[in-house]
Amino acid sequence: MARGKTLEIRTSPHILSGHRVDTIMFNVVLALLPTTAFAIYAFGLAGALTLTVATGSCVATEFGFCRLSKKKSTVGDWSVTITGLLYGLTLPPGLPLWMTAIGGFIAVALGKTLFGGLGQNPFNPALVGRAVLQAAFPVALTSWIPGFTAERFASLPPSTLTPPLTQPVYPDVWTMATPLSQWKFDHALTETGDLALGLIGGSTGETSSLLILLGGLYLIARNMMNWRIPAGIFAAVAAFSGALHLADPERYASPLFMLFSGGLMLGAMFMATDMVGSPMTGRGCFLYGALIGVLVVVIRVWGGMPEGVMYAILLGNAVSTHIDRLVRPSVYGTSGGAR
Amino acid sequence: MRLLGLRTFRHGIHPPECKDETAAMAVRQFPFAPQLIVPLSQHTGKPAIAEVREGQEVARGQRIARPDGFVSVSMHAPASGVVRKIALSPGIAGRMTPSIFLEPFPGSTQEVAEGTPCPLDSAIPEEIVAAIQDAGIVGLGGAAFPTHVKLKIPEDKSVDTLIINGAECEPYLTTDHRVMLEQRDDIFTGIRYLLKVTGAERAIIGVEANKPDAVEHLRDGLPADLPACVEMLQVKYPQGAEKMLITALLRREVPSGGLPLETHALCCNVATTAEIGRLLPHGRGIQERVITITGPAVRRPGNYRIPIGTPLRFLLEEVGVKPDLNRVFLGGPMMGAAASSLEIPITKGTSGVTAFTENAAERTHAEVHPCIRCAYCVDACPIHLDPAQLGLLALSEQYAAMADAFNLMDCFECGSCSFVCPSHIPLVQQFRLAKRAVRKARSV
Repeated sequence: MARGKTLEIRTSPHILSGHRVDTIMFNVVLALLPTTAFAIYAFGLAGALTLTVATGSCVATEFGFCRLSKKKSTVGDWSVTITGLLYGLTLPPGLPLWMTAIGGFIAVALGKTLFGGLGQNPFNPALVGRAVLQAAFPVALTSWIPGFTAERFASLPPSTLTPPLTQPVYPDVWTMATPLSQWKFDHALTETGDLALGLIGGSTGETSSLLILLGGLYLIARNMMNWRIPAGIFAAVAAFSGALHLADPERYASPLFMLFSGGLMLGAMFMATDMVGSPMTGRGCFLYGALIGVLVVVIRVWGGMPEGVMYAILLGNAVSTHIDRLVRPSVYGTSGGAR
Repeated sequence: MRLLGLRTFRHGIHPPECKDETAAMAVRQFPFAPQLIVPLSQHTGKPAIAEVREGQEVARGQRIARPDGFVSVSMHAPASGVVRKIALSPGIAGRMTPSIFLEPFPGSTQEVAEGTPCPLDSAIPEEIVAAIQDAGIVGLGGAAFPTHVKLKIPEDKSVDTLIINGAECEPYLTTDHRVMLEQRDDIFTGIRYLLKVTGAERAIIGVEANKPDAVEHLRDGLPADLPACVEMLQVKYPQGAEKMLITALLRREVPSGGLPLETHALCCNVATTAEIGRLLPHGRGIQERVITITGPAVRRPGNYRIPIGTPLRFLLEEVGVKPDLNRVFLGGPMMGAAASSLEIPITKGTSGVTAFTENAAERTHAEVHPCIRCAYCVDACPIHLDPAQLGLLALSEQYAAMADAFNLMDCFECGSCSFVCPSHIPLVQQFRLAKRAVRKARSV
């Protein structure tokens, strides 16, 4: 019998659902793997190096800060791996590695650690890193190399190994416009089929919309992603750009082009849905998604840049807690309506 | 709200049910322990006043303590035997409470004497209320609130619907399930008493869909003249909470800080109803109750009719426990209290005993991470609080803000938030402390 045994006393509940922060984060990493693999397949060594250095610099930064503050390393919760992968997936594959490393450091140091680490960062750290790079190195961040070249697994683009603190040189034949910039500056549209499959130029991870959707659906099925956010974004983008397209099909691209081009798919599925920076109420998530969707179209159509997903999400992050406050559901028994 | 044709409420969680092991096991009589400990305070309200002295011989079912005022109930001898002493014994909360220590006679037939019956046909509501108090009946679902107090309906209030709670949403427990299968007629008689007292026009028996046999059994036997129906509820925790049940069945909301009575509904647990129907016609009192003894650490789980006052140690020795027994709860794992000692007796409010092994404990030992704003708790809270925000405020002990701006006092501590939290933040645990602090501050 239990004589001489110690009984544990805790307050209820005595069972837990089994969901854990690290398993959720690990599943997000898993969901990103198809996209990551496709990026490496499309861009070869350049893609692989960009993603490795991006992820590595983020993880190393987090590890370093944990060491500095003499805390247990938080690398094991996988959240910094997500940041690193997402950050890498937003970069042009030929980006000089020294820039990649600086951006990774900034993403984690400025985007996450400075605010107090996991759960405290108001902005998506990966996008913080990329936004700083975009401001510091605008040319390098908008120079795209073509994917699927025959020699992609044999040689690197000359820009990748640019010595630190020097500007990369891009051979003219290598740089390639993205579908969005072609549309914006040359009024040329890419086939939607090519967009969905990813047979286009662009950032490492903004190419294959279908694989991104697949990863997102996996997370939604496992209740690790709030479907309302991408749904809100897609609905707003489709409705807004659809209305514009109907009004003037010559000038404005079709909703399908808008949905499948650029970083929209990756941003909607994996960055806007970052739990920390998004609202907590159901209605808030729809609203937040819709706001991001509208901003994306506004920036793409009337802004100076061809792409606006990054800034749209960062703006959404900034107001997510306010959105929650706006639509906070009434507590049971306080509305009086149901009586 | 209906989902797939089943009534329910919004939000809530789906813990593993773990009821299969005992659901099909008929209720068996539990043997008498060598010594029974009957606390004078097994209910919410004032402790009863002992009517026996040390050394006195008592018969099973004899009243041994009388109620002290209105919010108090009688106690009856769980066995024929001799009163050894009246002394302090540990309760589940760790506090020592005055208790009657009774030593059953080993050879006794343990027959229960008839009392003064409270006939259904001729008794007036006041007499039924008094009879329920005298029978020592309290909420057997776990709350142990004196049933007759609830039935004393103020002049300005009225009841149109009587809700019989057979949801039993707590994992592991199959007590109410078995009562519904085995005491159908007692339940119907109990409903007749309750309808008479409350003046309600109809009764609804709410049962979760994981007990289809109970639903069918009750529906089959429903007397034609009884204005009652059986409703199937979606399997979801905390469906059995009074507020959630009222909302699921009637689409009415209990006002914040108000009584369920304000929705013109009155809830009564199904086992309590069965006891009313079983005891009142014979003028007897509660001297035993049905409990489920189960959990990974129990060798012979089952449902038992157990004498009130059976010490936990005797109970566990009878059903056998595995050597890696680690935790014992009175009730189920969601809302049950962990036993700090095996000398604690089974009381009227104990609906089950769940014993966990060390392996089962692994899930609650988990490391605490920061809140990642996943909103699982927001989606779980049945009363639509913001547990994440409350948890943040609790960390900095801003209890007043929690109550004033975030409706802390509406929390009924179901524990759904803590159950789902992937960061393992002890949310409901902090809310309990915060509620106490707020009550204390307000009472000053």
